[in-house]
Parts: sequence; structure tokens; C-alpha cells
Amino acid sequence: MAMTLARGARLDRLGALLAAAGAAALVFLPFVVFKSNRIVPGDPHGLLEVLPASEALVILATLAAVALVALLVAQARVRLAAALIGLIVIALAVASAANALTPPGNRVVRVAAGTGFWVLLIVLGLMMTDAVTRLRPGPLARVLMLALLIATVGLALSHGLFDNLSIMREYAVNADRFGHEARQHVALALGSLAAAVLAGVPLGILCHRVPQLRAGILGTLNLIETVPSLALFGILMAPLGALAAAVPLAAALGIQGIGAAPAALALFLYSLLPIVANTVAGLRRVSPATVEAARGMGMTSRQILIAVELALALPVILTGIRIVLVQNIGLVTIAALIGGGGLGTFVFQGIGQTAIDLVLLGAIPIVALAFTAAVVLDALVELAERVQR
Amino acid sequence: MIGIEELTKRYGEATVVDSVSLTIARNSLTVIVGSSGSGKSTLLRMLNRLVEPTRGRVLIEGRDTTREPAHLLRRRIGYVIQGHGLFPHRTVAENIATVPRLLGWDKARIGTRVRELLEVFQLEPGRFAQAFPHQLSGGQQQRVGIARALAAEPAVLLMDEPFGALDPITRAKAHEDLLDIRRRFGTTIVLVTHDMDEAFRLADRVAVMSQGRILQYDTPSALLTHPADPFVSRMTGVADRAMRLLSLTTAGEVLVPGGSQGPSVPETASLREVLSQLLWCGADSAVVLDANGKPRGHLTVAAILARGRPE
Repeated sequence: MAMTLARGARLDRLGALLAAAGAAALVFLPFVVFKSNRIVPGDPHGLLEVLPASEALVILATLAAVALVALLVAQARVRLAAALIGLIVIALAVASAANALTPPGNRVVRVAAGTGFWVLLIVLGLMMTDAVTRLRPGPLARVLMLALLIATVGLALSHGLFDNLSIMREYAVNADRFGHEARQHVALALGSLAAAVLAGVPLGILCHRVPQLRAGILGTLNLIETVPSLALFGILMAPLGALAAAVPLAAALGIQGIGAAPAALALFLYSLLPIVANTVAGLRRVSPATVEAARGMGMTSRQILIAVELALALPVILTGIRIVLVQNIGLVTIAALIGGGGLGTFVFQGIGQTAIDLVLLGAIPIVALAFTAAVVLDALVELAERVQR
Repeated sequence: MIGIEELTKRYGEATVVDSVSLTIARNSLTVIVGSSGSGKSTLLRMLNRLVEPTRGRVLIEGRDTTREPAHLLRRRIGYVIQGHGLFPHRTVAENIATVPRLLGWDKARIGTRVRELLEVFQLEPGRFAQAFPHQLSGGQQQRVGIARALAAEPAVLLMDEPFGALDPITRAKAHEDLLDIRRRFGTTIVLVTHDMDEAFRLADRVAVMSQGRILQYDTPSALLTHPADPFVSRMTGVADRAMRLLSLTTAGEVLVPGGSQGPSVPETASLREVLSQLLWCGADSAVVLDANGKPRGHLTVAAILARGRPE
């Protein structure tokens, strides 16, 4: 590191900002909050108050070194490694603090991560993403990095590293429901996306082939997009409820005014516009000369559609799918309000009980899911574009 | 041989191609020339049924083209358009392999054919086979477009303003390549253009088209010396028709043995080029050399001038 310091002793601006924010968080904000039960306000604690002095010093020294790297080192690899070390250190610190504060065998007290921890997490997260951006990894490398990150977090969780933290306490209480709601969340997001792709791509092709229909279809979908999500859930309640009452088979299939059916239907409707609009945009950028040449060489209409038009439109259609998936993972949260299930259940339950840990038990996985979907689909879009430039 | 019989295309009230009959000889290069809106492209596109005729029929080697599905017919006929229409998401080799793949050729045969065509078109396989169309120059893209059209060894090649987007130097090279291709593969070529110079440079026979009708279908020199219609004279140009006529004959065809005075010219030079050379040098006689650079004979200004008027 001495070598790199000597070479580039210029101050990194982003690094300076991050280091200052991180230092302020360590000094002025509580690292953990101790609560005697899950809903009372807690007592804030700093890192030094909770951990043995030797351990706290090692942690502070490591974070100081990370800050120096952020300030002075230009190489993206070194910055990435430092950010990862910083993240591991604060994760271990918060786990260790929770263990230290929890009396053995006590399952009533709660130790939550404090604002200081969250600020440090954000600061180090920003340092990491900045370093990744500077490295400019290819699409496959980015997915690989994400997989490693997920594997590391999964390993830590499965080994019970954070079991004494309040979020994991909430998880322990809700473990069987958590799995079910998480699956429901993913199923709603992916299911409505799949239905939207199956309906939206042909609809997009239709819009492209019959220009008279384009304005009407896109206009209608645009209108649907402007209805607030909660209102759309509400609007769908009445017709679906009536359908269930009139047609016993529909009710038997689980179609009701509330529950997963209106949620899936609303998500499907929201998903249509990006899929249809991007399919149309993708097909439009295929040059007429290319299609004419394909026809002149004796390709059938189906061969032209699949091997030429859709193949060339693929990156744009994938971009639409990316928009829809990330949007759906967020929107499914609200489905919990009409009994649609999903991780939003914990969010709204937590709000109702003023139990912030329960809110986080729903919210953090939702953010993680959306982030994963964005990284994976961005990589797919880039791969598709790379093939055809 | 392509037989076109009373071929007609109407769109509503408008008649775009009006009862056209033509016989195009095997291995010939026929150019259909006309102003825009004359129906020349529509006529060409009826040959491979990209446009279905309202009336009349097309026979290729005596066989009515409507006797098989249009897409199968098109796989037997090469087709080249302006702006090449290459698939941007496929490599040069994949582009060229399009029709052989549609026809279900085996991989080894496709690979051999692709390499052969790349070499014919002076595109070194090692460098160009795996390149994408956007990495090529305009002239190279056009060559790949023609190679792709010839991949499945079609007996007939249709070309719709194929060189319209090329600069003059690249276009001249493309013309030479096309004449070379025709000698090499014996393909029957039908080419549509609005450029009379291009027609004169390439054609065995020219069909002049206006308002959906063929005004004259003849050799380039007959178009100049015996125009059938005032429009044909306008198209071929009155002011420089003598020079055009001279450009159709080469020095080798009219030389007289003996003589050693004046500048030397190759036997492949056109009379127009020889005359220009003589004017430039102020000489009244030129020595004609054969391919090996040996004198074959000579050519006088008077002999050239005699060729510049209708007989």
C-alpha cells in the first residue's frame, strides 16, 4: 500500500465524503440499540461501550485503514477489497455486539442495529459499488460477483452469525411464514411478468404490424399505468368479487375480490405497458431492408419473425422485462394490503405493531430481490446487445 | 431462360406494370432502366413473387413460377437490394450461409461454399468470416450481399439498384466484380437501375421502361442508333450519344494491322478512351497493345470517328 500511496497521493473526492460520513456515524450515532422487549423504544450504544476494548480497537483500526484507502488509493481492485473488508468487519461487529448485550437464554430482549451501523453499511456499500463501476466488469463477472455476495450472506445467516440481532429474532418467530410469503412474493412477481410477456409480446407484434391499432392499445395501457396501484387493487375487487359470486368454478379456482387473484391481475396489467411498448420499439428499429432481404431469400414469415425481427428486438424487449420485474418486486409489497400475501405482509404487520424489526424483515429481502433482478437482467440485456452490437 | 408473359400489376386504379412481355436469354445480363415510378422495381419483384402479379405469368426454364410456394421459389433465385440488407446480428459467414441453411445443406458443404465465395469476392476468410456487417466498409458489405445471394448457386440473380449507395470508385469496382461473377458462374442476371451509364457498362440488353411499359428492349448500341421512342433518346442522352456509342466498342475489335505511330493503348480500352487519349496527345493514330504489351496493330482518328455514327 505504501507504493500506491506514494504514487497517487491525491485525495479522492468521493472517498473523502464517504470517510467523513463514516467517521461521523461512528462518533455521533449509536452502533446498536438495546430494547428490553420488541416494541419499547431502546437505549442507544456506541461500539466502544459494548465490545471489549481490544476487539473494538481492532475494528476501529481496520475501519480507519479502509478510510485511508478510500481517501488515497486509486486502484479499483484495492478499493473493492477494502470496502469488502469494511463490510465484513461491521457485520461481525454488529453480530458480536448483539451477542455481548444479550443475556444467555434470554429471548425477550432485542438488540437492533443502530443508525450508525446503517450509515456505515450505506457508506461501505457505496464505496463497493463505486469500485465495481470503476472496474467495469463484464456482464458475467457482475453476475458472478453477485452470486458470491449472496453465497457469503447466506452462509453467515445459516451459521446463525446474526441470530441475536432483532431482525433474526423476528425471523425465528416467523420462520415458517417467512418462507411461504417469500415464495408467494416471487411467484406473484414472476407469474405476472410471465403472463405479461406471453400476452404483451404478441400484442406488441400486433401493434407493429397493424399501425392503426398502435395508438389505441398503447393509449389504453398508458391509462392503466396512471392508476395508483392501491386504487387499481380496489377497482379490481368489485368485478372479481362479482365473478366469484356468480361463477362457483371461479371461486373454486381461488378467484375472489381479495387475495392473490386481484393482486396478480393488477400486476399483470401494470406489466403490459413496458412489455408492449418495448416490443414495438424493438421491432421498429429493425431495418426494413433487412426484412425485405430475408423475404427475398425465401425465409417464411415465421422464420423472419423469430430469427430476424424478434432476434434483433431482443435487447429492447429484455430491457422491458427488466423494468417490469424490478417494478413488480416492489409493487407486490402493496398486494399484502388486499390479502395477496408476499413479503409486504411483514411490512404492514410491523407498521401496525410499531415493530420496526418486523418491517425490516419484509423490506430488506424485497430490496435484495429487486437488486438481484436488476443485476441479472442488466447482464442479460448487455449479453444480447453484445451479440448483435 | 426467363419468359415474361403479359405481366401486369395494378394497385386499385393505378396500373404500375402494364402487360409487359420479355424473353431474357440464359447467361445474359439484362438491365431494366427507367425513372422512378416507372414500375421497374415492381417488375423485378414479380419475378421472385415478392409482388404477386395481377395478370400474366413468369416462366423460369419453362416452368410457371406459381407452381411452387413463393418462399421455395425465392430460395432458388438470388436477390440483392440497395443497402445490402445484411443481418446485423449474424457474422459474415452466417449471412452468406442463410439460403444454404434454409435448403438444409450439410455443414461441411456450407463451410466450403462460404469460403469459396469469400475468396471470389476478395474477402480473406480468416479476417472476414467471423466479422459482423457493421465492421465492414460499404463496398465490402455490398460484396457480402451479393455473395449471400449467390450462396445456393442460383441460376438467376435479381438485383434491385444494388450499387445505388456506393461512391463512384467503389461502384466501378463493383461493376467489374459483377461482370467477373457472371463469367465465372454463368448466372442469368436481371438488374434494375435508373442510371443509364450503369446500364451501358453492364448490359447485354437493356429494357427501357416508362409508365409501366417497356418502350424498347435491345442491345445498348441499338438503343443509341435506333431509338424506338423519343423517351428512349432522352434517357440515353442526345448530346453525348456518339461518345456513348464509342464506349461500347473496344480497340481490339476494330484495329488495323501494322503502324507504329502515336501513343500506345491496351486492346481492352474503349474507342471513347482511345479518342480521348489521341485528343490529349494531339496525335491522329494510336498503337494497340495486346495483353502481353506487344503491338497488335493501330487505330486512326478517322476509323474511330466512323464508328461514332449510326450505320
